[in-house]
Amino acid sequence: MKQRQQTGAGPEQMDRGKVLDVLFVQGTRFFAWMVLLIILAVLFALGKGALPALEKFGPGFLTSSSWNPVTEDFGALVSIYGTLVTSIIAMLIGVPVSFGIALFITELCPVWLKRPVGIAIELLAAIPSIIYGMWGLFIFAPLFADHVEPWLNSRFAGVPLLGSLLTGPPMGIGMATAGIILAIMIIPFMTAVMRDMFEVVPDVLKESAYGIGATTWEVVRRVVLPYTRAGVIGGIMLGLGRAMGETMAVTFVIGNTNRIHASLLMPGNTISSSLANEFTEAVGEIYTSSLIALGLILFFITFIVLALSRLLLHHLSRQEGLRT
Amino acid sequence: MLLNVNTDGAGGRCSVAGGDVIAEDKRIASRAEDEQVKMSIRDLNFHYGRFHALHDISMDIRLNRVTAFIGPSGCGKSTLIRCFNRIYELYPGQRATGRILLDGRNILDNRENLNLLRATVGMVFQKPTPFPMSIYDNIAFGISLYERLSRAEMNERVEWALQKAAIWDEVKDILQQSGTALSGGQQQRLCIARAIAIKPEVLLMDEPASALDPLSTLKVEDLVEELKSDYTIVVVTHNMQQAARISDYTAFMYLGELIEFGDTASLFTNPLKQQTEDYITGRFG
Repeated sequence: MKQRQQTGAGPEQMDRGKVLDVLFVQGTRFFAWMVLLIILAVLFALGKGALPALEKFGPGFLTSSSWNPVTEDFGALVSIYGTLVTSIIAMLIGVPVSFGIALFITELCPVWLKRPVGIAIELLAAIPSIIYGMWGLFIFAPLFADHVEPWLNSRFAGVPLLGSLLTGPPMGIGMATAGIILAIMIIPFMTAVMRDMFEVVPDVLKESAYGIGATTWEVVRRVVLPYTRAGVIGGIMLGLGRAMGETMAVTFVIGNTNRIHASLLMPGNTISSSLANEFTEAVGEIYTSSLIALGLILFFITFIVLALSRLLLHHLSRQEGLRT
Repeated sequence: MLLNVNTDGAGGRCSVAGGDVIAEDKRIASRAEDEQVKMSIRDLNFHYGRFHALHDISMDIRLNRVTAFIGPSGCGKSTLIRCFNRIYELYPGQRATGRILLDGRNILDNRENLNLLRATVGMVFQKPTPFPMSIYDNIAFGISLYERLSRAEMNERVEWALQKAAIWDEVKDILQQSGTALSGGQQQRLCIARAIAIKPEVLLMDEPASALDPLSTLKVEDLVEELKSDYTIVVVTHNMQQAARISDYTAFMYLGELIEFGDTASLFTNPLKQQTEDYITGRFG
């Protein structure tokens, strides 16, 4: 106090500082609470909107595959199935590819190539999804129909299990196409996250692994990955969340039919593409409410995925050794 | 020369490290000319991009002796030992020319197997760098890169390495805990254990104690003393007393050049070059 007065800062200035401090603390606290409030508000709005449909169909809404606006009989199974299948395809392709790209950029790439590739990845991540959708519909789907699907048909016909999954009419559009487009969309995104993660691994940690004679792969597998695990899984989960929620690109190429087919080459539907396609034409309380209920389900699916990733992380860090 | 052994820091070290007659005899024998050379460096030059960091270094590193490198920051001593296991190659633009002969084999040859080289020439870094895994796996990881050991053999080897690094008693009950949870001094000894677990022939230590408290430093120094019967040890240090305490030979470097190299006692008590004398008497650096 005394010192402050000597340096010219009077008590009234102290008070002002204190008030500002309190304002700052309360302000940031308010914004933090806002996040929780918004989540609750969204949940509440979705729940309220979905209530009529959930009351009418009960838990059967989840297991019914009918979607008939005329008789007002709705079920979410086809959309849930489509969402999960396209996302799984996207992850199966996207995770290894983005992992590989990120690894190449951080560990193996010659210096002159590092920046161009990095910038290209960021540019790709910034392309609006509708452009991916258009590209998928006009360029990728015809190519897929002309070159890949006939090959799949001739290669896998009669093979048990894979035969029914990978054969079908070569239409170009369908769940496989949607999954691949999704993969292409999320690859730059996940790559960027993983690259940033790999780059924060301290050089000296990598050096000490190389220093006992580990190969690049062993260093990545045993040192870089464990070190960056939380971030990498977080990046994958963000990619998955994006894949599950992606609307426009998927709507363009999935075919939008409300049936479950064994074949991945057949058209299908996802939750978000149903919503995008049908909200404008939804008449009647039950129809609208069923669509909102679909949204609620998507909300819960992403929530469950997030929770599972937390569990996975927890499990992994216990394997690594008890932390203190 | 022999008479100088017991003066100054070197003499002090002898009494700290047991000072028994046998050790003393060994030390005196070590002054003999017929000591085996483990590593000879010939005309070594090193560049970071355009910067010429090491100029025509030539010297011999003796088998089962501790060789210390001293000199002011940026003099190239770390750069030099980073050539001994070619760890610098991780970074583009860094290159070494000349020859480094390890038991007569030129390790700078491009045909040299880098992984095997690094298993033969182990390294301990300035900052402790435990891997993000359990204490046990920190040791077992390196071993499993080269040897297929049964569970029991592996347990035995891990214990051996931890014993050797004088950390076994502190960690034997917590082997499954994360190595990153140990204290700094323990982490460094864990890293030393990790380096010797794969049974290297040469052990490079880049300021192994500079990030540690005095007690941990003492433990690491004792360890160096202990380990030199089995390994050829090269230590970089900022601390001249440390060099005097633990090394048999000392090299003084300045601005990328090897100014003076000789047995530790004579270098510290009777330096031949003015620059060396100025440095060890604290007149610069």
